[in-house]
Amino acid sequence: MSKRKPYQREMNNDWWLKNAFYSKYMIREGSSILITVYSLILAWGVFRLSQGEEAFNAWLSALQHPISIIFHLLVLLIALYHTITWFSLAPKAVDLYIKGKPLDAKFIVAGHYISFIIVTIFCLVLIML
Amino acid sequence: MNAQQTTTNQLPEKKYIRSHEPIFWGLFGAGGMLTAFLTPVMVLVTGLLIPLGLIDAEHLSYEKLHQFVSSWYGAPIVLVLVALPLWHTLHRIFHSLHDLGIKRGRDWQQVICYGFAFAVSVFVFTLLLQMLSL
Repeated sequence: MSKRKPYQREMNNDWWLKNAFYSKYMIREGSSILITVYSLILAWGVFRLSQGEEAFNAWLSALQHPISIIFHLLVLLIALYHTITWFSLAPKAVDLYIKGKPLDAKFIVAGHYISFIIVTIFCLVLIML
Repeated sequence: MNAQQTTTNQLPEKKYIRSHEPIFWGLFGAGGMLTAFLTPVMVLVTGLLIPLGLIDAEHLSYEKLHQFVSSWYGAPIVLVLVALPLWHTLHRIFHSLHDLGIKRGRDWQQVICYGFAFAVSVFVFTLLLQMLSL
């Protein structure tokens, strides 16, 4: 057994509340919790769907509850925040070169936003068909 | 030269332990991409527009959805839409536990986080398989 006792800097659990940059980081990470719950609601919907029409309609009408509406509004906001942070990181992941020159980061970010808008409109049209 | 050869031969073969991180990181990245592009519109449709009646509930009726979900192309789409974001979010939750200084049982935290995503994926997969009609 080693008798070595290295110094460990103290770290309180509220470190992320004292600096706006860290708070935003934790909000981004925290978005995971709401999105997890949303995925579970969808998984439950698949389960109700498998049980028949009556069960599925009960799931649909449960979604009309005011609490459900407020919850989904929150999920929408935090999901959009996730989208913004994801797109602002995109140039680091994409790293495109055209004729040996790196592509400007703002084109990559703009490209993501344009595809996001197209995908969103496409899905809205698709569900209406 | 000869002496050098014998010494290298005597060295024990180095064993590499491969990390499982690339698999989970890959699922994290794919889930993050899907969440960024599709979750907002999914929440908008299933959580707001249909419950509030802004889109006719006909468009998400039992018959229409069941027909889609039981098709060979609909089942994998629904599985990805429902389960893949979980591999993203549970990965983030696992790493956030570290950020919050929760040190105890790190390996079990990992088992519980990824295990949860796996369990829900299997749950949805099984239901879809049950509804599948070819």
